[in-house]
Amino acid sequence: MSGYLTGVLVVLAFNVMAAYAVYLPLAAGQLNLGIAGFMAIGAYASAFLTNEYGWSMWAAIPLGSMLAGGMGVLIGIPVLRTHGIYLAMATFALGQVISAVFLNLEVVGGAAGYPVSDYATPGVVWAAAAGVVVLMLYVSRTRFALCLTAVKSDPTVADLLGVSVRGMQVAAFALGAAVAGFGGGLYAHHYNFVEAQHFNVLLSVFTVLYVLFGGTQTVWGPLVGAAFFTLVPEVLRASDQWRYAVFAAFIILFMAVRPQGLVTASLLRVFRRRRVTP
Amino acid sequence: MSAALSVSGLSKSFAGVRAIRDLSFEVPKGRTTALIGPNGAGKTTVFNLVSGVYGVDAGRITVIGTDVTHMASRRRISTGVARSFQNIRLMSHLSVLENLLVGQHVRASSLGALLTPYRLIPNHRWKREARAALAESGLEAYADETVGALPYGVRKRIDLVRATLAGASVLMLDEPAAGLNPSETNALRDHLKALARKGVTLLVVEHDMHFVDSICESVVVLNFGEKIAEGPLSEVRRDPKVREAYIGTDGED
Repeated sequence: MSGYLTGVLVVLAFNVMAAYAVYLPLAAGQLNLGIAGFMAIGAYASAFLTNEYGWSMWAAIPLGSMLAGGMGVLIGIPVLRTHGIYLAMATFALGQVISAVFLNLEVVGGAAGYPVSDYATPGVVWAAAAGVVVLMLYVSRTRFALCLTAVKSDPTVADLLGVSVRGMQVAAFALGAAVAGFGGGLYAHHYNFVEAQHFNVLLSVFTVLYVLFGGTQTVWGPLVGAAFFTLVPEVLRASDQWRYAVFAAFIILFMAVRPQGLVTASLLRVFRRRRVTP
Repeated sequence: MSAALSVSGLSKSFAGVRAIRDLSFEVPKGRTTALIGPNGAGKTTVFNLVSGVYGVDAGRITVIGTDVTHMASRRRISTGVARSFQNIRLMSHLSVLENLLVGQHVRASSLGALLTPYRLIPNHRWKREARAALAESGLEAYADETVGALPYGVRKRIDLVRATLAGASVLMLDEPAAGLNPSETNALRDHLKALARKGVTLLVVEHDMHFVDSICESVVVLNFGEKIAEGPLSEVRRDPKVREAYIGTDGED
């Protein structure tokens, strides 16, 4: 495999993990615009453990992920009291704050960045992304996922039917944070370098775009969205500087035709029915 | 006969408007009772107070012996009271079956239940049970349809089936017959009678007096948030206060 293709597929793997980190809270109707901050927590925490304590990345990355998830719970409980645009603003600010903290934290290199000692090969990154996809597919087959959808569709009715709306929202937010931290840890160990500037607002916003574009109704949406956003600009590379204009036009067109995202529940149901009755 | 649901001294105001005033009534266990009254009498507000959508200003609500007055709304369904909604509140992009599965939540809310991949297990008991409940109402053909695409009458019935799946012994139904055609109304009547035979206590808000007459053993009449009469419909409709409240409406037939 060429170095170029490997590079693109590694980026795809990171984007897929980030997309699911955004998708989980979004499945419960919560927009997390600070996902880059949770990636930074996972990245720096795992890098710190491998660098300073000589941990293997196999232990450091999961621990960084758990730490990001734990922060998700701590932050999610107060932040999820806000709704709609206010929640978006709160999480947006949160991402900025986390990034700014790492930028000023000299123990992890501050603005100069932080070299990381252990290396995650492309194979490890792909396997991890595949693992995240499988985990999400599993979760999507459970009652937990159904509850998230219920909370998103009609929180009042979900509550009256006995669903803990706050509990589900915090769980989804924290799980998303853990997935983000997992991706962040792998990122640090694949590129062997972390800098706070990477975990910026654009990273959070683009990831939300993947997910909205792919669709939030089914578990396949984030995968399709991330693949589209990663691969199509590469395919359009031949048209050089026009590729972003063409790509943006694509997005506007698709969102106009399919405002619920590319992959919707009813679309999947149509496919399933065709398979049953050919 | 003991009460399945009892409210006493219930009051609720919205921005100074007294929607419910010192309301007390009991719904006897295993009976079908109607809550009737002109538009704006406070019938749906009573449902919202009992289910916990609104907190009470004063008074006490008891469900099968449990005081639920200050209980969190999501815990009330586990005391045995479930409800349907006047303006159907189903999750429209989910399938009928998925909506019903949400209705079972109160009986399957442990961590183990939440993380069971029931969708990967063919014929999982939750799905079997939901399909059986649909079949009982003659709606099994719609199990895999997207709810949003179904006709009004069918959605209305599914809203009712979802309420029954919580396994509640008291069901509050908000205008279950509204907007149904005659054959759908007949099917609904059979369904409610079947529920009553199983021992489910029903409290029904309904405008169609023929329908009320055919299923309810007694009625509670509200007007401007106050109870103005109570008893069998045949007696209540002769009450001068009820006649006055209903003048000019189709309840006066």
